Amino acid sequence: MTTITTNSSRSTGTRATRVLGVVAIVLMTWVVVSGLFVTPADAVQLDSVRIMYVHVPSAWIAYLAFITTGIASGISVVRRHRSLGFDRVAGASAEVGVLFMAITLVTGSLWGRLTWGTFWQWDPRLTTTAFLFVTYVGYLAIRRLDATPQQRARRSSILALLAVLEIPLVHFSVVLWRSLHQEASVLNTDGDVRLDGLMLFTLFSGVLAFSAAFAWFVIHRQRVAALDDLRLTSGLDAALVERRAEAVTQ
Amino acid sequence: MRRTAAAVFRKDVLVELRSRALLTRVVPFAVLVLVLFAIALDSEPLVLRAGAGLVWMTTLFSALVVVQRSFEVERRDGALDVLKTLGVDGAALFVGKAAALIVQLLALVVVLLAGAVVLYGVNVEPSALVLLVTTAVLGSCGLGLVGTLYGGLVSGTSSRDTLLPLLLMPVTAPVLIGATRATESAFGGDVTDATTAWAWVGLLAVFCVLFAVAGAMSFGPLLDSDS
Repeated sequence: MTTITTNSSRSTGTRATRVLGVVAIVLMTWVVVSGLFVTPADAVQLDSVRIMYVHVPSAWIAYLAFITTGIASGISVVRRHRSLGFDRVAGASAEVGVLFMAITLVTGSLWGRLTWGTFWQWDPRLTTTAFLFVTYVGYLAIRRLDATPQQRARRSSILALLAVLEIPLVHFSVVLWRSLHQEASVLNTDGDVRLDGLMLFTLFSGVLAFSAAFAWFVIHRQRVAALDDLRLTSGLDAALVERRAEAVTQ
Repeated sequence: MRRTAAAVFRKDVLVELRSRALLTRVVPFAVLVLVLFAIALDSEPLVLRAGAGLVWMTTLFSALVVVQRSFEVERRDGALDVLKTLGVDGAALFVGKAAALIVQLLALVVVLLAGAVVLYGVNVEPSALVLLVTTAVLGSCGLGLVGTLYGGLVSGTSSRDTLLPLLLMPVTAPVLIGATRATESAFGGDVTDATTAWAWVGLLAVFCVLFAVAGAMSFGPLLDSDS
């Protein structure tokens, strides 16, 4: 019986990722404390403005994740060597991106209910975001299909590149579509808030905290994916070795 | 390449003509959806106003059925594997299959537009006919191209029936919006004027060109990954 051994450690963590994880936790704690208790409430939006400290950073991470997926998929298609590694980064980044996109949509609609008076607005930004979300859910579904890592890499990286082609078209068509309709909002859709120094600083910390968490998630996720691929291939190798050994003993 | 594409096109159209799946199953399904939309909305002015959108929504639903069928024919008996073994060029295969799909979808759209005239009572001025025909052709092209591309992508997989709608629906959003707005104008609606309608037709054309190129480039590698 051959067991698969990985390079000594039993976790996917290294010193660098542990430092990154601690940084993310510390920053996140500061954002929670400052966002909930230290920063002032908005003059118009009152306490609901605090949603911003989650909503804006998660939207930023969601878009960053999909850009990462697009770039990594592009490299994976072009390169002959180590293309699987880039594909795993693309997949990990898309998974985390879908999570943050879901957070963005949920917090956004809650915030919208409080400030605009409705959960959903058919404005271009929201509509494109929803389409982007569905597109990457589809991308993840394709990744989960039974296939060798090479097949998966080819299929999913082409799909990711098609999404890069599709999203600007969707956005453009939605912008053109909405520009023909009058505003249907109860209140001004312009949710921009005048930010004082501390609010801006907290928001900025939020972006940093979420970025650190994103990097931590992606690094670990792609290492887990690498181990998964290893198990798939070396599992087969081990089975072959076993059968050969049986043949010799008989 | 042109000969291969033409051969694939001829084969797909012939399969369709002999099986008559479009005529006996897809067209009745599509007309039924048109009728059900009218029943669900239950208001003549509302149906008249939504007519263009309903026609294209129905086309999108029916396109899913047609695309699935187009690749089911290939998958059964391993026809796609044989084509790959013969070394058929991926781009030629894409062009041939997409062309056959576009012809079928166009026929369907014509039936649905006629259905909208009869069932919903929409009125098409002769002057709007050019706009309507252009929209029908480009809309079918857009749906046929992405349908072939994503149909090929999922054809070798076990959960293709559920994956295709999930992948195809978001991509077709520009086609749905553009074709609906242009058709609305051709139907004499007051929401979209003629100039804007032609802008939408332009968007449809851009969509078709982009996905024709992307499809021809990526179809070969996509099919390789299924072997």
